[in-house]
Amino acid sequence: MNDLTPNLTLVVVIVALTAGGVYLLLERSLTRIVLGLILIGNAANLLLLVAGGAAGRPPIVTQDVSADAMAEGMADPLAQAMVLTAIVITLGLTAFLLAMSYRSWQLHRHDEVADDVEDRRIARLAARDRPSVRGADTDEGMDLDSEAGETRDETDEPAPAPGGAP
Amino acid sequence: MSWLVPLPVILPLLGAGLTLALFGRARLQKFVAVTTLAAVLGVSVALLLAVRDGPLVLEIGDWAGRGDPAVGIVVVADRLSALMLTVSSAVTLCVLLYSHAQGDDEETTAKRIGPVSIFHPTYLILTAGVANAFVSGDLFNIYVGFEVLLAASYVLLTLGGTAERIRAGAVYVVVAVTSSLLFLIGIAVAYGATGTLNLAQMGERMADVDPGVRLLIGMLLLVAFGIKAAIFPLAFWLPDSYPTAPAPVTAVFAGLLTKVGVYAIIRTRALLFPAGGLDDVLMWMALATMIVGILGAVAQDDIKRLLSFTLISHIGFMVFGVALATSDAWSAAIYYVVHHITVQTALFLVAGLVERYGGTTSLTRLGGMAKAAPVIAVLFFVPAINLAGIPPLSGFVGKVGLLEAGAQVGTPVAYVLIGGSVVTSLLTLYAMVKAWNKAFWQPAPRPLPARRVPLGMMWPAAALVVASLGLTVAAGPLYSYTTQTAIDLSERDPYVDAVLPDPYRAAVPPGTGEP
Repeated sequence: MNDLTPNLTLVVVIVALTAGGVYLLLERSLTRIVLGLILIGNAANLLLLVAGGAAGRPPIVTQDVSADAMAEGMADPLAQAMVLTAIVITLGLTAFLLAMSYRSWQLHRHDEVADDVEDRRIARLAARDRPSVRGADTDEGMDLDSEAGETRDETDEPAPAPGGAP
Repeated sequence: MSWLVPLPVILPLLGAGLTLALFGRARLQKFVAVTTLAAVLGVSVALLLAVRDGPLVLEIGDWAGRGDPAVGIVVVADRLSALMLTVSSAVTLCVLLYSHAQGDDEETTAKRIGPVSIFHPTYLILTAGVANAFVSGDLFNIYVGFEVLLAASYVLLTLGGTAERIRAGAVYVVVAVTSSLLFLIGIAVAYGATGTLNLAQMGERMADVDPGVRLLIGMLLLVAFGIKAAIFPLAFWLPDSYPTAPAPVTAVFAGLLTKVGVYAIIRTRALLFPAGGLDDVLMWMALATMIVGILGAVAQDDIKRLLSFTLISHIGFMVFGVALATSDAWSAAIYYVVHHITVQTALFLVAGLVERYGGTTSLTRLGGMAKAAPVIAVLFFVPAINLAGIPPLSGFVGKVGLLEAGAQVGTPVAYVLIGGSVVTSLLTLYAMVKAWNKAFWQPAPRPLPARRVPLGMMWPAAALVVASLGLTVAAGPLYSYTTQTAIDLSERDPYVDAVLPDPYRAAVPPGTGEP
């Protein structure tokens, strides 16, 4: 019914936005994650527009003209309505995420997403088990917490841990 | 009767506005919230009775008269929607009453449930979102329902904004938003391929879509719903985020939010992809969900975390039923959804009782509660063994139904899944017995605070436990209802005919008459 040949520029923009968004989403800092989500959200909105077909006349139907004649060359209004809804939703979520990263900054002076408590507990268990594997005297003088601190990630450490988790 | 269909969405939204206007007047807010949810429950039961003659359809804005019923948004209540609505509104009402009693305790008001003034509007919006996802006959409207319930759930999960909840909330929100974006991308592709988002019309047109594109749409939707339903490779956000929320919030999330994902999978599988295509993938995902989930549960020593993992694990049963794709299997899966909503919510509420009584949910610190708090012990024991599937209870009925349906299909994969289900049931029993032994039977390592548990918290939990027993007593009628639901789903015609009549036929199906 509509011309569905996608606009190449839009497709390239979608690809670029998605790639950048995914990259940012994989970061630890909540602010960057928010930026990444905004980019992917915009990419999805553009995709909806592309799915709605080629651009055309404004989708306004007046009473006196027959709907079929008006529909010729008219842009798809549904895609626009959906994009509008999606934009509003993304806006609200962005506001919420920003508030959350601000709250995180209030609490911790950073907005990095911390590890699961369970991960921490398992890291502790692993740290406790390790000496008994290597022999009791290997890691002498290290208490559990400092050991677990090493096993964790960059969140708590000023410098990145060499080589990641041992 | 079709005017009833949008009420489960509209009423909570109105209630939410009203409770927001009553900001700071806790007593009135409670009254409004309870009244609203009770009314929703009433409407849902009425729908449950009304849809026996066929699905009820309401075209919002009455676009049907102008040519194409699929132009506007339709809300549809068929047997599946009505059943899900009834169960979910009953559960949300119980949890609301529970949260009131919890909030009554002066010291915990600020700490556990956060600012109560925000709680009620948000909770009602959550209910509206869940109901919207259930009654929507339009893929984009399902997306909107998801967003509404998710936005409310973000607020509920981070109530009070403590460090722990912000940490858990960050993971939860980012994962949920990502899944929503995938859903949106899936919608865009589906719209591009079929030119409509009306589920019935999409189902009609999907047959003509190129198989590769159809697979792509199926995959995108499955990943989006899979994250929400917490299916195995997409489930790891759940045990991380749920346990930190206040007990009633966790209970309602565990009971409803994942099931909305399961509902969406069933609905799209039945209407949009009648040929299957991803069923084998779903089978293996179901197996992995069951086994990995329950192994996670066995390793935990915190009741809430343990329950979160059993929640994931038992999603596997429902997915197994969906993937078998016979009407018997769907019937069993739907019965299992009902059973699981009730039982899992009850268990999380009881975990809240345990936390209130003992001051902790850590199994290493709890103990001796069978003697000290026998009522809580009974309330835990019954749903726990129900979850594991001990014979007379509803978990057993659902599992037997699934295993039978699997054996009828009889492919090697189905038999592997049957084995997996049995192993999972046994491991569930093991995890539950472990929790029971540690929290209730072994002597406490050090004396528990033994705080008073308000009666108002006790009886909503008890009501849910009784309801789960009721699922056993009423298993016959309920099972024949779900069987009919599954037949309707696999035939597809009742739904499609009701949504897409001749352009000028009345929206109300014949036989239902005017209200």
